[in-house]
Amino acid sequence: MNKTWVLRGAEDQWSVRIQLRLLWVCLMLAGLLCLSALVSLSLGSYPTTMAQIVQALSGDDNLHGVRLILLEIRLPRILMGILAGGALGIAGLLLQGLLQNPLASPDVIGVTNGASAAAVFTLWITGSAGGTPLLVPAAISGALAVTILLVALSWRGGGSPTRLVLIGVGLSAGLSAVTTLILVISPDATAMSAYIWLTGSLYAARWSDIAGLAPAVIGGLVIATASARQLDLHALGRDLALALGSNLNRQRLVHLLLAVVLAGGAVAYAGALGFIGLLAPHMARRIIRTGHVGLTLISAMLGGLILVWADLAGRILFIPRDMPAGLFVAGVGAPFFVFLLYRLRRQR
Amino acid sequence: MLTTTAARAAGLMIGLAVAGAALLASLLLGQIPVSFSDLIGSVVAYNPGDLEQLVIRSERLPRTLIALAVGAGLAVAGVLMQALTRNPLASPGILGINAGALFLVVVGASMFSLTAPTQLIWLAFAGSGLAAMLVYFLGHEPGRGISPIRTVLAGVALTALFVSFSQGLLILNQERFESMLFWIAGSVSGRNLEAVSPLLPLIAVGLVASMLLSRQLNLLGLDDEVTEGLGLNVAQIRLAIGLLVIVLAGTSVAIAGMIGFVGLIVPHIARGVLGTDHRWLIPGAAVIGGALLMGADTLARLLIPPREVPIGVVTALMGTPLFLHLARRVGQTS
Repeated sequence: MNKTWVLRGAEDQWSVRIQLRLLWVCLMLAGLLCLSALVSLSLGSYPTTMAQIVQALSGDDNLHGVRLILLEIRLPRILMGILAGGALGIAGLLLQGLLQNPLASPDVIGVTNGASAAAVFTLWITGSAGGTPLLVPAAISGALAVTILLVALSWRGGGSPTRLVLIGVGLSAGLSAVTTLILVISPDATAMSAYIWLTGSLYAARWSDIAGLAPAVIGGLVIATASARQLDLHALGRDLALALGSNLNRQRLVHLLLAVVLAGGAVAYAGALGFIGLLAPHMARRIIRTGHVGLTLISAMLGGLILVWADLAGRILFIPRDMPAGLFVAGVGAPFFVFLLYRLRRQR
Repeated sequence: MLTTTAARAAGLMIGLAVAGAALLASLLLGQIPVSFSDLIGSVVAYNPGDLEQLVIRSERLPRTLIALAVGAGLAVAGVLMQALTRNPLASPGILGINAGALFLVVVGASMFSLTAPTQLIWLAFAGSGLAAMLVYFLGHEPGRGISPIRTVLAGVALTALFVSFSQGLLILNQERFESMLFWIAGSVSGRNLEAVSPLLPLIAVGLVASMLLSRQLNLLGLDDEVTEGLGLNVAQIRLAIGLLVIVLAGTSVAIAGMIGFVGLIVPHIARGVLGTDHRWLIPGAAVIGGALLMGADTLARLLIPPREVPIGVVTALMGTPLFLHLARRVGQTS
């Protein structure tokens, strides 16, 4: 069934095995992503036709305004959606593998809330309504701090995945209280915008943000695919992975750090988006069963797709209101989480 | 832990004294300082022209009474849920019951412009009932009973679902930040007493009914077969307790929005002091819950004057350490 192509270098110095099915899936998803981006580019509170888009982008001066909308408002949002969604998708995949728990994702175990608490704290301290260069490092260190706390609290001579998830849930609740507290202390004007940002919004994404997040996401993608063999091994379970010669603890640390950086970065730029880290990896597993090269790529692309469509829904469903994309992601993601619980209930 | 009847009665008395102190503190402390004589005056010879007396009557008294009722209601709902599910982590906040009530209340308030608490209360009941059924269904393993961890996760998922829908409706309606916080983080202030007074008796009825069921609650801790053997209809009792939870939690949310962690912490404190006998536990939890929420509300007023911290934030900060402690224990045994 699973046809593969093998590319070999001269004298067999290197070889790459490509699964045809995976190649097709990836190409189709990439095509779907481009198509979604085009659709999203043409829709909005100021409607534009495809013809106008082509004309404006080819440099027609009469359509200067349209070009401004396309290049400075819509395109950065779409790219940010792809990047942040991709980052969360990979982070979710890594965490699910690490914790051997299908319910793990950055938002369920409190990593997202740690990042947003730290981000809101930074906004409050610096007194800016958004866009301080400290925001990204703050969000990532917040995510990291929560992860360390999480592992420390749930570690009792070995980590138990269920205990870790439960403790993550508790931390998550406490941190969201801290975030609300900071919002209440900070001035009114920043509070509401920060609140909307917290529900996850791509509103006002700029090119400089793209430039900031892109290296992290691309780097994460490369590292995750490069260590796909290790991830495949870990999926076999702890004992088998150790017996097959994996340096389990070090690899786990690397993957954990990677997941934290990706989740923290996504929160810093796109707000506390929930559920993408849960949804994307599960959908990816439905499409292809195993193999972390494919799972990583597909999770990333699906994460991007989900966020682009959620953002589009937020922009066009309630014109002139611009609804945070996070609401739509949660609207799809939370029922899915419930469904997942239901399926787990029937399995055991 | 107190074991003899006399000691427990004394413990309950001390609890009542603490609650009385919290009540006085809640009436006297705040932005505008009032003296004890103003308080007496506002009771025996109320003069609306006097600013201090006006503050006590129109602002302090309503929120104190609401905090007392909601605190007691949520705490007892927590006791009932922990007995019902045999899960130390169960509480109306964590299992999504509050969020379910909140969602339908927000739907009624923002989409159908309902404002009268007597109308919203039915939506709150429907919402908490819906959430309770979903959480039971999802947390229940066929043939194995209720799994504590799965129940908690189902509650978390339902909370996320209901809260994000509620947030969407509130943002869509261009509610102000304070109004968002009122519902999402809970508040006992800014409600006038006339509007919510029809709801307060519901909590009283719920509390009394819970006390009447305390013997049956004690038996629920035993094996189902033993309980049946003692002549009780377990299914009927469970249903009755479930309905009481819905009434208590739903009413609390309709009055004060989503205040978390009271239903989690108070039962554990009460059990630590009075033991596991529900005949003592339920009145104890009601007293401690009322005292805790009145205290938390007073604290919320004093922390960052002239603003107020949402009361749900205060209770969450108090409750998180306990939740973490319990989660470590529960995670270990399963």
